[in-house]
Amino acid sequence: MSSLVTRVRSKQIEQLIEKGKRLDGRGLADYREIKIEQGVIEKAEGSARVLLGKTEILVGIKVETGTPFPDTPNDGVLTVNAELVPLASPDFEPGPPDENSIELARIVDRGIRESQAIDTEKLCIEPGKKVFVVFVDVYVLNHDGNLIDAAALAAVAALMNTKMPNYEVKDDEVVIKQGYTPLPMKSHPITVTLGKINNKLIVDPWLEEEQVIDARLTMAFNDEGNICAIQKGCAGYFTQQQILEGMKIARDKAAELRKQLKW
Amino acid sequence: MNEKPEKLINKKGLRLDGRKVDELRPVKIEVGVLPNADGSAYIEHGKNKILAAAFGPREMHPKHLSRPDRMVLRCRYHMAPFSVGERKSPAPSRREIELSKVIRESLEPAVFVDYYPRTGVDVFIEVLQADGGTRCASITAASLALADAGIPLRDLVVACAAGKVDDTVVLDLFDTEDKVGCADVPIAYMPNLDAVTLLQMDGILKPNEFEKAVNMAIEGCKKIYELQKEALKTKYMLIGQEEEVEE
Repeated sequence: MSSLVTRVRSKQIEQLIEKGKRLDGRGLADYREIKIEQGVIEKAEGSARVLLGKTEILVGIKVETGTPFPDTPNDGVLTVNAELVPLASPDFEPGPPDENSIELARIVDRGIRESQAIDTEKLCIEPGKKVFVVFVDVYVLNHDGNLIDAAALAAVAALMNTKMPNYEVKDDEVVIKQGYTPLPMKSHPITVTLGKINNKLIVDPWLEEEQVIDARLTMAFNDEGNICAIQKGCAGYFTQQQILEGMKIARDKAAELRKQLKW
Repeated sequence: MNEKPEKLINKKGLRLDGRKVDELRPVKIEVGVLPNADGSAYIEHGKNKILAAAFGPREMHPKHLSRPDRMVLRCRYHMAPFSVGERKSPAPSRREIELSKVIRESLEPAVFVDYYPRTGVDVFIEVLQADGGTRCASITAASLALADAGIPLRDLVVACAAGKVDDTVVLDLFDTEDKVGCADVPIAYMPNLDAVTLLQMDGILKPNEFEKAVNMAIEGCKKIYELQKEALKTKYMLIGQEEEVEE
């Protein structure tokens, strides 16, 4: 992603961070304002729209029937896809998903999968033959930095809003009945991303900071505050000490976000 | 898939393949194995067999991707269809695209990219056989391929994973441990700079277990680093011997 930030601007960002301040007035460990709205798309089984500052992400969940993977015959299937739609940023182009959108989808996927957020055993209709497939589609509507945290948050909010169709099996056929039940969930992973600028760690880098950061560290935490997914990104590095320090900051921020969201 | 083993660590504290919890698999590295590449390396890390080749610095194709102030590093991680139990389609999977990206980002901090403006360096990694921990072994081999191609590096990048099986933090998971175990933390590291250039995790770890896994993986990296340097030196010693014979 290659939006230009002038050298003067980068210098300004770096100098402010040196003093523990940021261009938009936040402290180093502050998130931008977060707004979550659930159930915004009626035709989807679940949906949520998240605003993280000006970054805007819409997640829609579709639930369909399909076949399970041979090595997990009793489990429903989770599929995450992310679209960096061209209307969200001058840097996004139409076409098949590039490495950035694949990485985004796989980080969101990892957080949900590894925390066992969805009780996939309850999505089994007939072992080895028929299960429910949960499609999580992440739609980036406006790119203003830190797509990962916004997408992960929107995905969990959308899953919590998801209603499963009631069904019965008649002569090996799945018949959809009236009414819905909520999607069975076991955990609610919270994802926190840190950036490193001049050896200082900042929480929730926005677009211009993202152009300046040396490296990025994303961590997801489950309900118990244990780590369930990590991804380091960008062409920079962290020292061993910075990683352990970053883990503590991210864990505190995840706990704080969880409280704020009250779910 | 075979049946899942019940216990991954026995009463004596040994793992399924007989290793101790903090023991690496046998690692064998060879540098300069591909005559057509500018630099290359082959690694056997346990049952993993991986080839890496570096081409460049050379003109970028397509040209518009070149950058006026720096070299562009590109990386492709690819698994052979026969490298795993069930045939893998040769088309790049989403996993391979993600790994290509994180491997590139793990190598880039080592490369002096501003030394060769307007050029490109391509790193190609082919996994011939996979047995858990291929991204780590790939990074270890790829950084040697870059060094062998004569590209100036800040340090060699070396990678190793730690993880958790049966409530114990262990070093260097092989395939079964990776699939059945509780967590996997691959780390790439530049020992001379104390720089972690790749860090990923899946599974669930408590904060103290994570700390232990990070420390253990870095210790593993340092051991493989010695083998890496040895392999690079061996290549030049062989060249020296050949020249003596010619004289």
